[in-house]
Amino acid sequence: MAEAHPVGFQWVMEAKRRGAKVFHVDPRFTRTSAVADSYLPIRAGTDIALLGGVVRYILDNELDFREYVLSYTNAATIVSEEFSDTEDGDGFFSGFDPETGTYVQDSWQYEGNEGSSGSGHTAKERDSASGLEHESHGAQVDGDTPRDETLQHPRCVYQILKRHFARYTPEMVERVCGIPQDKFLELAEAWTRNSGRERTGMLIYSVGWTQHSVGVQYIRTGAIIQLLLGNMGRPGGGVMALRGHASIQGSTDIPTLFNLLPGYLPMPHHADHPTFDEWVDSIRHPGQKGFWGNAGSFAASLLKAYWGDAATPENDYCYGYMPRMTGDHGTYQQVLNMIDGKIKGYFLLGQNPAVGSAHGRAQRLGMANLDWLVVRDLFMIESATFWQNGPEVATGEIVPEECRTEVFFLPAASHVEKEGTFTQTQRLLQWREKAVEPPGDARSELWFFYHLGRKLREKLADSPLPRDRALLDLTWDYPTHGPLAEPSAESVLREINGYDVATGRPLSSFAEARADGSTAIGCWIYTGVYADGVNQAARRKSRHEQDWVAAEWGWAWPANRRILYNRASADPDGNPWSERKRYVWWDAEKGEWTGYDVPDFEKTKPPSYRPPPGASGTEGIAGDDPFIMQGDGKGWLYAPSGVLDGPLPTHYEPVESPVRNPLYGQQANPTRKMYAHPVNSVNPSPPEQHSQVFPYVFTVSRLTEHHTAGAMSRTVSPLAELQPEMFVEVSPELAVERGLAHLGWAHLVSGRAVIEAKVLVTDRLTPLRVEDRLIHQVWLPYHFGFEGLVTGDSANDLFGISLDPNVLIQESKVGTCDVRPGRRPTGPALLDLVADYQRRAGINPGHNAPAVTTDSEGKEQGAS
Amino acid sequence: MGLRTFIEGWPVYRQLTGTDPLGRGAAAKSDGSRALTARTDTADSMARSVCPYCAVGCGQRVFVKDGQVSQIEGDPDSPISRGRLCPKGAASKSLVTSPLRQTTVRYRRPYSTQWEDLELDTALDMIADRMLAAREQTWEDVDTQGRPLNRTLGFSSLGGATLDNEENYLIKKLFTAMGALQIENQARI
Repeated sequence: MAEAHPVGFQWVMEAKRRGAKVFHVDPRFTRTSAVADSYLPIRAGTDIALLGGVVRYILDNELDFREYVLSYTNAATIVSEEFSDTEDGDGFFSGFDPETGTYVQDSWQYEGNEGSSGSGHTAKERDSASGLEHESHGAQVDGDTPRDETLQHPRCVYQILKRHFARYTPEMVERVCGIPQDKFLELAEAWTRNSGRERTGMLIYSVGWTQHSVGVQYIRTGAIIQLLLGNMGRPGGGVMALRGHASIQGSTDIPTLFNLLPGYLPMPHHADHPTFDEWVDSIRHPGQKGFWGNAGSFAASLLKAYWGDAATPENDYCYGYMPRMTGDHGTYQQVLNMIDGKIKGYFLLGQNPAVGSAHGRAQRLGMANLDWLVVRDLFMIESATFWQNGPEVATGEIVPEECRTEVFFLPAASHVEKEGTFTQTQRLLQWREKAVEPPGDARSELWFFYHLGRKLREKLADSPLPRDRALLDLTWDYPTHGPLAEPSAESVLREINGYDVATGRPLSSFAEARADGSTAIGCWIYTGVYADGVNQAARRKSRHEQDWVAAEWGWAWPANRRILYNRASADPDGNPWSERKRYVWWDAEKGEWTGYDVPDFEKTKPPSYRPPPGASGTEGIAGDDPFIMQGDGKGWLYAPSGVLDGPLPTHYEPVESPVRNPLYGQQANPTRKMYAHPVNSVNPSPPEQHSQVFPYVFTVSRLTEHHTAGAMSRTVSPLAELQPEMFVEVSPELAVERGLAHLGWAHLVSGRAVIEAKVLVTDRLTPLRVEDRLIHQVWLPYHFGFEGLVTGDSANDLFGISLDPNVLIQESKVGTCDVRPGRRPTGPALLDLVADYQRRAGINPGHNAPAVTTDSEGKEQGAS
Repeated sequence: MGLRTFIEGWPVYRQLTGTDPLGRGAAAKSDGSRALTARTDTADSMARSVCPYCAVGCGQRVFVKDGQVSQIEGDPDSPISRGRLCPKGAASKSLVTSPLRQTTVRYRRPYSTQWEDLELDTALDMIADRMLAAREQTWEDVDTQGRPLNRTLGFSSLGGATLDNEENYLIKKLFTAMGALQIENQARI
């Protein structure tokens, strides 16, 4: 955090100054480790084993915050007797379908609700990354579920959790993660001691967690700990995601993602959502408790914002215009389709996949096989010049005279040359004022897409084709201003906020959304950002003039709440758990919720409220159910649906690992998304043969001085000067083992590529003792490429493509490689070297380990 | 130069007699540095902005002089950043004023070995034509069972996460209305 989010880290230091104990877990000793109270080096890809060890420590010692756990989580809920755990299935839960490599979730459901998973088969959910839909709400479950308040029932969640993690002992943590037991116990002890009624503890993670084949389950494990310790919805608690780009949260909320529409509404699927009503019911789940009962209003209001007068209740608000998904249309599938010649054109908007995406060679070969490519960026990036300067030109794989891709480079406006809102990592929208006009031909994306849309509509104006109606009926009348005819960003923000169709009055809250066509809302979770016709995101009341919650700085979704689920900061009766941790509470005299923040609860619903039998929607949420977006109002220790690879997190090895899974016969996540494309070979891992050809673990992360794929830092002279070269950090032990000289060269080989880097021998990396052998890890920055003021080989070239099944994010924080002294070969000799490694490793084109690990010997070992 | 001026010109004197006994501020100032004015003082205008790098969301004050960005500083009012910026945020002025920035449209023909110039409006027109052609060639009305698809998989898009909300909104809206499904973002990566 000190490296990649330095200014955010000042708050960790403030907390430390006030007595907080700071633990840092990372494969590499960093500036964060340097000021932490304790640093735990970890084998990359084993965080579930570590955190599972903490869960076991909490449960075995009964250190959970029992009153919180009983009232606010599903610990007491009883699970179907058809459920069986990975402990009984050697790494598999019940319901696995080997044919598709996915689960049928019926047996994971709560008792009596076996038929209500609604998912049946989750193969479709995996292809459409449907886990992402749950960013703002839980998956479905019937409201009424059997419970055992004593937590003794053998099938209640609490007992299932206890059994599931029983083998995640301190000894096992040491065996799997390479973390000494005393270090682990120090962490577990401090975490539990600093949680409860009087204290809260916070868990902070970065993208190091999301870029794994089990990334979602990493975060689930963290959430389980925080729920058990009563740290959710309370000040100083929570699971804090440190996202890495200025508005990456906004890019998910108002998604430019294939499977989502604004506000986490799903993109329609051809088989599941043939009609508007079926689409809405798949979100709303009739009969379910919680705020998603209003999904019909959000859905109708979005279509109304898109298609205006043309969208009527009679024509289902033009639902028929929506394109339909049939499967996986994600960025990695796209790239493989480009290589196969199935995609003609590609837009890159401030994004540099030639450096920033996994398997750089596949990215570049894909772009070299297009009809046309549009690159919009501040700088001439690698993704615009791959045909001219890319590594494949050097190897002869791309020949400029034979590369047919037509490339348009359009200069983009910088953040000070346009207005608009960024959504930062805590869901806070902040408006940027425009300082200057963009230079020359540079334009904002707002300008580009508005005027492109205008042109497209002009060209099709006389079209009789039904398919063109969606474009022609689109509301696309944003006012423009200034010398460049820049569209008004405020008018777009106003549409995002939503308005009353009849009067044009901006809405104040998503509670005003209607399903009858009387409201239009571009993104319902953002409703309120333009309340009273005022740009609330532009508020900049100084921190010196308001309290520590700073509610008048910017605007946070939803409804300007700074801490989600903050009803949980009060006890079931509505009183603060403690004076120290007072945040939101019930004012019995006034009959309303009040506090420092906007209460995340119906304002006048008393703690004593109990829903009438059969109640659904918001009416079904009891006065002591703080998790109001969940189907049962509870925080989920156990997820009966919504997570595709298991109701509980389970340790699987990374897709590429030198180690056999010490816990289960199943080696890697059996539901991971694999692509057996000829370009995408995965290095062998135990129990497959030849894993020793790639004996070392490599991991990548950021430097303070560079930003992602380097377009915004390798082009900036002060930053380029501070970090001028690609390098690899190796431990002194590995340097001796491989004959690497400090400040000399090394090259790293995977089944995809070979890259070179300067060697930094440092004890920031330490060999870890895992399963009685030494595991060496090396670390690389992933910022370098072949354009800019400073250049170097790209670390992402080393990775293959394997994805988390829930969100289709790639495993690009851990892989295996070989490390050799000296520079890499160039030209065709480079290809020969990679081919030689592939031969030695037995890699055929498109090699992937089978989803289900097939090795009886390994199975016995895992079950011991 | 009178004796008094001479003595007062001596930093140690100022340090012993003035308000800066440690000699780390006013006492140590030379005539040269005393005559300096901060760029923030002489700016024509100031825009309140947000750092474009990571997602912490540090406040920035963007100072403008003669139509050019003259300085970018941390916003001391921000409850998030309290005026601080990291090395990248502090280099924002160098980012937006970098001489490496491309300010004209560039075009590479198929099979060409070099870039050419192109008018912005021509480029926009050519791109629109190519989108419509790709859409025409790859349009899918219905699936094999006659269920609606209404889409093209003929082109795709990958956006960075320095796009702002309003931009993302228009991109998604336009592509969806064209039936273009394959929109992706750094948020997937």
